[in-house]
Amino acid sequence: MVNKATKPTDALIGHDAWNIQLDKNGNLKHFLTTEGLGSEILTRILDTAESFTSVNEKSVKKVPLLRGKTVVNLFFEASTRTRTTFELAAKRLSADVLNINISTSATSKGETLLDTLQNIQAMHCDMFVVRHSDSGAAHYIANHVAPNISVINAGDGSHAHPTQAMLDMFTIRRNKGEDFGNLRVAIVGDILHSRVARSQIHALNTLNTGDVRVIAPKTLLPIDIEHMGVNVFHDLETGIKDADVVIMLRLQKERMQGALLPSEQEYYQLYGLTEERLLVAKKDAIVMHPGPINRGVEIDSNVADGARSVILDQVSYGIAVRMAVMTMTLGREPETEENTAGDGQ
Amino acid sequence: MQQLATPDELLAQMAEKLKTLLSDKAIDNPLMVGIHTGGVWVATRLHQQLNNSTTIFSEPLASLDISFYRDDFSRIGMNPKVKPSQLPPDVDDRHIILVDDVLHTGRTIRAAMNELFDYGRPASITLVCLMERGGRELPLQADIVGEHVKLNQGEHIKLTGPEPLAFELQQQSHKNISNG
Repeated sequence: MVNKATKPTDALIGHDAWNIQLDKNGNLKHFLTTEGLGSEILTRILDTAESFTSVNEKSVKKVPLLRGKTVVNLFFEASTRTRTTFELAAKRLSADVLNINISTSATSKGETLLDTLQNIQAMHCDMFVVRHSDSGAAHYIANHVAPNISVINAGDGSHAHPTQAMLDMFTIRRNKGEDFGNLRVAIVGDILHSRVARSQIHALNTLNTGDVRVIAPKTLLPIDIEHMGVNVFHDLETGIKDADVVIMLRLQKERMQGALLPSEQEYYQLYGLTEERLLVAKKDAIVMHPGPINRGVEIDSNVADGARSVILDQVSYGIAVRMAVMTMTLGREPETEENTAGDGQ
Repeated sequence: MQQLATPDELLAQMAEKLKTLLSDKAIDNPLMVGIHTGGVWVATRLHQQLNNSTTIFSEPLASLDISFYRDDFSRIGMNPKVKPSQLPPDVDDRHIILVDDVLHTGRTIRAAMNELFDYGRPASITLVCLMERGGRELPLQADIVGEHVKLNQGEHIKLTGPEPLAFELQQQSHKNISNG
């Protein structure tokens, strides 16, 4: 077991990245990164998400919690799954949703990011859901919005994708129970470009996961990855041996600069997850993938569609987790009263 | 403060009253729904007592958690551990017996009815409360009440349970009753 890192510094974000996420009372105001948030907040997100799963299974999939609130999806980078699940989450909470695809909008006419923001802010919105190709973009926006607005990071560069990480934690908890202490979680693939992996590692360590492993060729690992509190492997079968959870990552070719890999075929030969390779993991191991999956590159179709794959469950849970984060940031949570009846409202 | 009967004494009387009311209204196959948390405790007992000799309810007890329907969410936020509402998929044309512990402002009942109507269009809703106190803020009244209680300024009553059920009288001053 490696030492858990205390506060890994991300040069792009700075030391105080986690501070602006909480309000004076310690409640979640923005959700920008899983880094620096305590296990209490992460667990509360998971518990609240658990409550919302029932809404998604009703025939009328809507509750009036965020009625009258306006959520703006600000997507500076293409996304289908994430944007759609954020939109569904907001709509199931009765919020109004505005989808703004900035890449085809004002910024291409020369407007600065801050001017774009101020214009949308002038429309009296309550929440920005931000996806941007630059690391730190959501944090920058959170620092510049009006105080009544909450910002949720829907992925910034290679930095963080906290709601994806939390829906992954939710998927693990649903399958493996609430105690992460005995779990071995293996994250395989393009860690270097993966904001998902970074957010997962922070969340897994905060939730006291027994053994967090990353498995990748050296060219696809960030320098000093060990300091994030993970065990590093370069061989797939050694790395996933006896794993409870195997998380496969997509090769992010669009972010790769220079020759990091000889070829996709060779990558598949060495790191592609097949039924045969999966035999070394625990019998009840689950296979996860944040999507979109590249069949035959990082994962074989038999595994992706197989009995141990929970890839589509991840998508379903994503809605409940995003509903949880939205209600937590837009409403303060009250004290809980255990085992006493409602006080006769 | 008046002397209060025990919840169990009240429940026996309420079960009888409810049986009479159902036959007066000629309601067949009603669906009983308890409101979390105290209402479920009360409803569990009523459901059991009414089904003791003859089968009045063909289905198990249903339950509602009204957390998602509260009107004070923007002021006090949400309880993270909301119990899933357990209702049959279709409440269209059903006669619903809605059960709560203490009827006070009426806002819980308003929220519960909103949630019920998200599931369908019930034929009727009958409200049953173990305890009724003053302080209504909405035009609502219960069809069957175990006991009417008069409280002094600042007094507050709540049901504790689930085993045994008991009333607990509280002085309100030390606690901010924001969702009363």
